Amino acid sequence: MSFETFMQQLANGISIGSLYALIAIGYTMVYGILRLINFAHGDIFMMAAYFMVFSMINFSLPWYIAIVLVIISTVILGVVIERIAYKPLRDAPRMSIMISAIGVSFFLENLATYLFTGVPKGFPDIPFLTQAANIGGISLSVATIVTPIITIILLLCVLFITNKTKIGMAMRAVSKDYETARLMGIKINRVISTTFVIGSALAAVGAVLWGAKYPSVMPLMGVMPGLKCFVAAVLGGIGNTTGAVIGGFILGMGEMMIVAFLPLLTGYRDAFAFIVLIIVLIVKPTGLLGEKVTDKV
Amino acid sequence: MSVLKIDNVKMQFGGVIAVNNLNIDVEKGKIVALIGPNGAGKTTAFNVITGVYNPTSGSVFLNDKKITSLSPDKITKLGIARTFQNIRLFKNLTVMDNILIANHLNVKSNFLSSALRMPWYIKEENHMRKKSEMLLDKLGLLGIKDEIASSLPYGEQRKLEIARALATDAKLLLLDEPAAGMNPHETMELTEFIRNIRDEFDLTVFMIEHHMNLVMEISDKIYVLDFGQLIAEGTADDIKNNPRVIEAYLGVEEDA
Amino acid sequence: MMINNNRKLMRRSLTVLIIIAFASIIILLDTKTIGDNYVRRILNLGAIYAIVSVSMNLVNGFTGLFSLGQAGFMAIGAFTVAVFTVPVELREAIFYIVPQNPLVANIELPFFVALILGGLLAALVSILIGMPVLRLKSDYLAIATLGFSEIIRIIFTNMKTITNGALGINRIPGIPTMWITFGVAIVSIIFIVLLINSSYGRAFKAIREDDIAAEAMGINLFKHKVISFAIGAFFAGIGGGLLASLLGTVDPKQFYFTMTYNFLLIIVLGGMGSVSGTIIGSFVVTAGLEYLRIFDEPLTVLGVNIPIFRAGFRMVIFSFLLMILVLFFRQGIMGQKELSWDMIEGWFKRRKGLPKKGKVDKGGTI
Repeated sequence: MSFETFMQQLANGISIGSLYALIAIGYTMVYGILRLINFAHGDIFMMAAYFMVFSMINFSLPWYIAIVLVIISTVILGVVIERIAYKPLRDAPRMSIMISAIGVSFFLENLATYLFTGVPKGFPDIPFLTQAANIGGISLSVATIVTPIITIILLLCVLFITNKTKIGMAMRAVSKDYETARLMGIKINRVISTTFVIGSALAAVGAVLWGAKYPSVMPLMGVMPGLKCFVAAVLGGIGNTTGAVIGGFILGMGEMMIVAFLPLLTGYRDAFAFIVLIIVLIVKPTGLLGEKVTDKV
Repeated sequence: MSVLKIDNVKMQFGGVIAVNNLNIDVEKGKIVALIGPNGAGKTTAFNVITGVYNPTSGSVFLNDKKITSLSPDKITKLGIARTFQNIRLFKNLTVMDNILIANHLNVKSNFLSSALRMPWYIKEENHMRKKSEMLLDKLGLLGIKDEIASSLPYGEQRKLEIARALATDAKLLLLDEPAAGMNPHETMELTEFIRNIRDEFDLTVFMIEHHMNLVMEISDKIYVLDFGQLIAEGTADDIKNNPRVIEAYLGVEEDA
Repeated sequence: MMINNNRKLMRRSLTVLIIIAFASIIILLDTKTIGDNYVRRILNLGAIYAIVSVSMNLVNGFTGLFSLGQAGFMAIGAFTVAVFTVPVELREAIFYIVPQNPLVANIELPFFVALILGGLLAALVSILIGMPVLRLKSDYLAIATLGFSEIIRIIFTNMKTITNGALGINRIPGIPTMWITFGVAIVSIIFIVLLINSSYGRAFKAIREDDIAAEAMGINLFKHKVISFAIGAFFAGIGGGLLASLLGTVDPKQFYFTMTYNFLLIIVLGGMGSVSGTIIGSFVVTAGLEYLRIFDEPLTVLGVNIPIFRAGFRMVIFSFLLMILVLFFRQGIMGQKELSWDMIEGWFKRRKGLPKKGKVDKGGTI
């Protein structure tokens, strides 16, 4: 393999890794607060991609307006899902709320299939993102370069919100001890909504960047990224935002390395994440940056 | 002869030392109490003994056999059974099922011969049922054997939890605040109950308790824990007159 | 006590009557005296779904583990039956792009041997997945099983020399009589019911109710979780094998993980922790999925095309139903109860407005 191809694969790995990271943040925050695997998160991401298709192709909006619109509508979708499907089950057994999450996921997938058919739709071209850039003889799309930068900036924003703002402090309190936080007068519902706002907004950004890289939008496009990003969150230490980003990067790079160095195993690329999951669970169940949680007896 | 020996146990959670330099000796056939203000580390000590936590250092011995770092189910099989501070019954199951589940650790048949109702399993099942009925009868719970556990009044739930622990055939019983939430009359009954089962089942009892009347009345030996440290040990009279205990515990907390 | 004995006798004879009626209907259907192939197919499918759903309920409803790997385990059973029961002389024509691996190309097994082998392989794989995951909180189990169900599918798509890859395997010998599907279903479900009512079943329920207390009562959590999980996988494999034979063709796409959601819907509908509820749910959902196909057909009323009726509408309704169930009817049809004569009499009494009689001895469960 030439140095150029290696660098290209590396850049691809970093770029796909940062996309995983963006989605993983949503998983890790929701899990941190509700102890819920939000199965619908991948499908929220999918819906965001469809929103982008509709804003730009059907309503011919310019990309910068479309992106804002997509973020807003995805956030609304995320919050509405929380209100309808999760909020009524706050005091229900854990399995019920997980089933509800699966129900939402299944519903969104079926709804998308029904409304938009299973035939892939082309993702609108955002010339700014898809044009090629040449760095030291290595040709990459702007999206590939911009994605990690955007991810890091957004991570810093999320860290600022969770560490420096009042709502962020409430979020940390709720994730440490839900009941006590509630008794201390923290408005749980507001905290949870904020979590879904942040998670969905990041998923929307992820969807736009994803579309610039893989310009094909399908009802089931969110499933695999969704599952993998949950694994990334577990790898980084569930509940830890920085961990989720690191986990996303490791997963993305790992996948690309498999494709680059072991082309024979390319067909098993999607299996990589789950092998990682098993290894993490055996070696360090709390993940890279996670804290140990002990059950109260 | 000492049944349970806690040797220099330390339990640390991150920066918090919950229990330190803990040395406890529980002699066979005795009723021993562990007391101390809230947050003194009593339940942590129980969790270390029963294998829920792995102590940071030190060891626990049951009949001179080291049991530190064994899993809770193995420790129960070796003969320690416990109750919980906030009752943990199998809520949606019947009283009888609760007791039968505690018998499961002695089942020799594997799952296949159980499902296929092999003769040796049927024999075991019948034996289990008979034994459980006898136990319930002795404890005065036979009349409610088909009731759902969560539907029982509070006092009976406590009793059932003790019965369930007994059903494991354990010889050392760990009771975590058995009289919590009981009125003086119920507490008196419980005192009798604990004494009776100790005699009837040839048990050793180690318990955490806040009701001083109960503790002083029943205990052969008392250990006092404060901020994770043992500050006194001895008979009820020793403890009552110990200035450190009065300062740390009786002086602060009212006699509940 | 005389009355009680009469009641018992009546219940017993009614039970026998129901069994005879049920058997007669199957015989009549099987000999093609009544019904058509469509009905037979739905009933066969319902029986297969009942096996898989009841075994999934053993894991999810009785042991409290959230497992979503049914589709993958079914795929293992289905491909085992497909690979080993297709007559050797037909294989060259089926594997026309990549020839079958010589290791299996000449092995042809009787149906039941292949079926059991498929179940055992599924159980083996489930143990390999469960070993690392079941030691931990069962949260991760959901995602791990869902992921592995997909991996199994990916592996089958890539193992072209054994599974024929995405082309799949067809010409699988069919099931000659409904008694095979129903027989296997009855035996499987009876086995699971016996297990649930044994000491092991009580241990499973204890884990579901309170795992910390269960462990404190001497129950080895890991061992019992693995047993339950592996039995669940075994019967999913059996169900998959039957499905392969019933459909006559398998390909990896059939076992997309969304298939598992059908079983999830069934156990939520029937009641998590109720075998009889699950059986009812299986037939209701299977029939529903088939008969509601009209929702996928364009509908014209008085010359006006109703636009909402088109491909995919049926599944929207189904996933919506799952949500409604879990949000508003979390107990499903049966909750954790089983269908019993006591319950049926209770219904009749309520309808007649008679007060319910005092405690009667437990009637036999069906």
